[in-house]
Amino acid sequence: MATPAFAVSPQPLDPAPLTALVSDPGHGAIVTFAGVARNNFAGRATAYLEYEAYAEMAVGVFEQLAVEAKERFAVGAVAIHHRTGVLQIGETAVIIAVGAPHRPAAFAAAAYLMDRIKEVAPIWKCEHWADGTAEWIGNEHTRPH
Amino acid sequence: MQVNIRLFAALREAVGAPSIQLSLPAAATVETALQTLDAQWPQLELHSGIAYAVNQSYVAATTALHDGDELALIPPVSGG
Repeated sequence: MATPAFAVSPQPLDPAPLTALVSDPGHGAIVTFAGVARNNFAGRATAYLEYEAYAEMAVGVFEQLAVEAKERFAVGAVAIHHRTGVLQIGETAVIIAVGAPHRPAAFAAAAYLMDRIKEVAPIWKCEHWADGTAEWIGNEHTRPH
Repeated sequence: MQVNIRLFAALREAVGAPSIQLSLPAAATVETALQTLDAQWPQLELHSGIAYAVNQSYVAATTALHDGDELALIPPVSGG
């Protein structure tokens, strides 16, 4: 089955099919960003992460964000996959791939897309702390680090 | 009318279910649904930081609901 450009699923993420999706003979740049499960949040030790999503809406939000990115930057193609369920430290939670004729637009669009995902995509992260407690995180994009 | 309420993260855990079927009067809005939810499930602790989506699109609290709509309560998000 062909890889969709936008997806939310519990499957482990692989950047290769996303890179292939956004490649084009007219593109001189492909930026692939991976967001990875980190072992701490603001210095507090994390054992593992769990992501929950309103998956059917999140896919639609990704599609809208790709339209936004193409309006703002000279990019040709965008692909976004986000994972749900339990992620161990070091596993990939999100991959953004952007293809563009030139690299400044590709870098800028990837950064923009990640910021917007954190603002509006209906996806939630639960920090399972090393001390055995757990906490749903909200408004991470507005918190100091 | 019947509206399907979708709950996620801490809101889902507070109710112990990912969705609720809510009966609402005709001409109900998102705000009406929130008042009904707050009365029946005070443990949701609904607050101003929660956003709303009807049929998978973000909307304002004044938005009218229709029979069969899906209303999702979106607590502050933390994807990525």
